[in-house]
Amino acid sequence: MAMKIGADSFHQRVEAGLHNSFMRGAVAGAQERLRTRRLDAAEELGNWEEWRALGEQIRQHTLLHLDYYLMQLSENVAKRGGHVFFAQTAEEANQYIREVVIKKNAKKIVKSKSMVTEEIHLNAMLEAAGCEVIETDLGEYILQIDDHDPPSHIVAPALHKNKEQIRDVFRKKLAYDKTEKPEELAAHARKMLRNEYLTADVGITGCNFAIAESGSITLVTNEGNADLVTALPKTQITVMGMERIVPTFEEMEVLVSLLTRSAVGQKLTSYITVLTGPRDEGDVDGPEEFHLVIVDNGRSSILGTEFQPVLQCIRCAACVNVCPVYRHIGGHSYGSIYSEPIGAVLSPLLGGYDDYKELPYASTLCAACTEACPVKIPLHELLLKHRQIIVEREGKAPISEKLAMKAFGLGAASSLLYKLGSKVAPNALQPFTTDERIVKGIGPLKAWTEIREFPAPAKERFRDWFREHRKERERDGNDL
Amino acid sequence: MKVTLFITCLVDLFHPNVGKATVELLERLGCEVEFPEAQTCCGQPAYNSGYVKEAKEAMKHMIRTFEHAQYIVTPSGSCATMFKEYPHIFQHDQEWEAKAKKVAEKTYELTQFLVDVLKVENVGAKLKGRATYHTSCHMTRLLGVKDAPSRLLKHVEGLEVVPLPNAHNCCGFGGTFSVKMGPISEQTVDEKVRYIEETNADYLIGADCGCLMNIGGRLERTGKRIRVMHIAEVLNSR
Repeated sequence: MAMKIGADSFHQRVEAGLHNSFMRGAVAGAQERLRTRRLDAAEELGNWEEWRALGEQIRQHTLLHLDYYLMQLSENVAKRGGHVFFAQTAEEANQYIREVVIKKNAKKIVKSKSMVTEEIHLNAMLEAAGCEVIETDLGEYILQIDDHDPPSHIVAPALHKNKEQIRDVFRKKLAYDKTEKPEELAAHARKMLRNEYLTADVGITGCNFAIAESGSITLVTNEGNADLVTALPKTQITVMGMERIVPTFEEMEVLVSLLTRSAVGQKLTSYITVLTGPRDEGDVDGPEEFHLVIVDNGRSSILGTEFQPVLQCIRCAACVNVCPVYRHIGGHSYGSIYSEPIGAVLSPLLGGYDDYKELPYASTLCAACTEACPVKIPLHELLLKHRQIIVEREGKAPISEKLAMKAFGLGAASSLLYKLGSKVAPNALQPFTTDERIVKGIGPLKAWTEIREFPAPAKERFRDWFREHRKERERDGNDL
Repeated sequence: MKVTLFITCLVDLFHPNVGKATVELLERLGCEVEFPEAQTCCGQPAYNSGYVKEAKEAMKHMIRTFEHAQYIVTPSGSCATMFKEYPHIFQHDQEWEAKAKKVAEKTYELTQFLVDVLKVENVGAKLKGRATYHTSCHMTRLLGVKDAPSRLLKHVEGLEVVPLPNAHNCCGFGGTFSVKMGPISEQTVDEKVRYIEETNADYLIGADCGCLMNIGGRLERTGKRIRVMHIAEVLNSR
């Protein structure tokens, strides 16, 4: 599937992630900063739980009536002179965009940040069609000039790189001769990009929220790059996932507030731009032609299933910023542009279990994600649902685990079997036991004892003690 | 007050001392403790691994075992959470959903029971030293028991409780995660151990034997001299 990154296995990628001490330091630091900022921004708004409930309600309502709102959006875009294309697959989306680009005889394309265009691998297609594509979000720009390094975070795509690494990339690729100071790096990127905006034929953007009642799109950035992408080139193409829509401006305002607070701990970002159709007569800027590409690519088959809540996602990455697993392995380990935890739910749905069957297990089910989600997606419960499907429908669980769980089911459902099993356990494990500890286990215990000690089963179970204890109490009671 | 103990399989088989402390503590506070011998495991290991059918068998057995109790008390935030989840898990099965609801409604994690039902915060415990407390994820986030442990520990004579940095982060246990994703679990628990060490605590206290086995096992393996205690053992220290 298109959103896949790299060819290594999950365990190889995890190994690489765990050994990347710089990346891990950067991620841990970013997680702590972003978590604190998010909590402060929520606190400042007040009644956060009520806002979350409202956010959830808006998203659920919109998904329930998605067909209606998409129709309304599409009619309103058309009324304002824009073109709408519904793409069922990534290929259809790419094909349509390719046709527009060819018709416009476009050589240079500037882009603002968009996860859905990463998902459909739009850049590769455009480059194959002979276009020069320039990412204008600073993070994406850095990755692009670094030989298309994939994003590792849905909001901060270059989170895994430090300023020294970025300086080196700039020196190598852009003849940069200044220091690693972020201001100098950003100034250089800005200078390089300015000319690109002015000379681009087409601007491509993502879409944070489309507004059905007016046929508008909302773009949320801190760099203002999306504003230049949409103001200067003659043709604008906006690509959106089919679920990224709200009924009216009123709901947009609630969700943008939840988004900016949850993503970066800001009340508002520096730029929140709402655009409606192409340039009107008398407008000083804006595109002459506007295309809205609405991408399904597997989303509609999630609708109506137990996984529907995942479509509530507003891509804020609050869940990523609190995930203890992401903290240690980083975004590239997931092999998908959508990383844990939202990505561990979404990737198997969009990309299939063959490529992503490990992801639902790469979670401690600590529920930090569920707690952080501003639109109340029960992320850890959806990971459990994936596990159930992998076991029951896909049959991808290891046979040893199946047998163990079968035994568990029998043992835990029968007090007799449980009692017998637990009574013989200390003797069965005697050969592996030293000082009431198992230091080197076998079978399922092996993986545990490679890392930690395991307590040997107690010689006297609690239930044995309690039986004696009760007898004693009864004796004492009778003595009184 | 009659209390029915759901001791959890981990305590029954590996940490009977936690069970003893729980019983002694509850009895000292005037409860009559009963222990249904038919109890096994709440089903969480199978449920969290995706084996819902097998887990449901265990759950039905536990529902049958506990449905007539007045108060169900357990020294584990995670296992209490599992009981609370039962109605949700049986939501498409009217008969079992109703029974599960009855069990869920009267289930309490130990510290929650002490503070919310018995209304005690000072249980008369004494323990000398410096301690830090590990907030387990299921207990704080899913069961919603956040303050009860610290309110109880505050009154333990001689005990200084210091905050644990980044306490909100998971210890890396996660049930089968600890063995399926060993290398990630190792890094997660190592980070937890580093923060525990930073506090210079003599004791690490927690309310979930799963987390404590994970952190404790790593502390032992890496030769750290920090004693791991379940909160029941601390509250039963005199």
